[in-house]
Amino acid sequence: MKSSVITFPGSNCDRDIDVALKKFGFKNKMVWHDDVELPKSDLVVLPGGFSYGDYLRCGSMASKSKIMNSVINFAKSGGLVMGICNGFQILVETGLVPGVLLRNKYLEFICKNVFLKINNKDNPYFKNLEKNILEFHIAHNEGNYFCTNDQLKEIEDNNQVAIYYCNESGLTDKNHNPNGSTNNIAGIFNKEKNVLGMMPHPERMIDQSLSGEDGSLFFKNLINNIK
Amino acid sequence: MKVSAIITLKKDVLDPQGKVIHQTLDGMGFKDINEVRQGKYFEVDVKENDPIKAKNIVEDMCKKLLANLVIENYKIIETQ
Repeated sequence: MKSSVITFPGSNCDRDIDVALKKFGFKNKMVWHDDVELPKSDLVVLPGGFSYGDYLRCGSMASKSKIMNSVINFAKSGGLVMGICNGFQILVETGLVPGVLLRNKYLEFICKNVFLKINNKDNPYFKNLEKNILEFHIAHNEGNYFCTNDQLKEIEDNNQVAIYYCNESGLTDKNHNPNGSTNNIAGIFNKEKNVLGMMPHPERMIDQSLSGEDGSLFFKNLINNIK
Repeated sequence: MKVSAIITLKKDVLDPQGKVIHQTLDGMGFKDINEVRQGKYFEVDVKENDPIKAKNIVEDMCKKLLANLVIENYKIIETQ
């Protein structure tokens, strides 16, 4: 299985996701933002970081970079595109997934492990995953998911919420909403469910001695689903 | 020709920075505030000299990059 990770100026999780993808069997290529053509890929990842220094709005400049035209075409033709953290911010700026990511409600940079409830398993990312609640890491300043009421209705009607912030047993309430996100939303799909944007970092959970293994479950399952 | 645009958050969008500025101003003794909302200001010097055309160019920039229309409104405030 082939994957591509796009590196933007200011990306800093691009090598982490490269390590994670390779560990679970992807043949990964790093692709520079100024390239025009995307290598043949089964999965494209927009990594975390601070592309363009978060200038203007997080992800706004990166969403207009050269390679993004190919990424958008790839996504529109059904290709799997996953945006993590800053990658999610880039995805919302392209319009591939609805909504925006605002400053965290309490104006803090949040860096901690969180629990996530998977809302929709009928897609290549979460299909067949044994667990319903995952523990991933978040590290962001702008992860407060916001959309208009009309968009929210559409998102819910189309079952586009991928994951919610929750507690260890899956309770999604205000006490387990780290950043003020609408309805505790931590990740969403496009309508077709081939594009996933999420704030949490699965690539930081691939080693028991460092953090945890829920990312390993996620990537192992993902590559099996794509095969 | 210089064209100025301001970008403001839409009414229903939470503005935590504006809230903190409000609280700080309140702590400084400015007690007569209902609300503070923070926005952005751009001054774009375009090569076009026709004011209407120049305004249209910057308006296009607002729609495509300077503002995110899900949460923000833009307004061209001045051409000179």
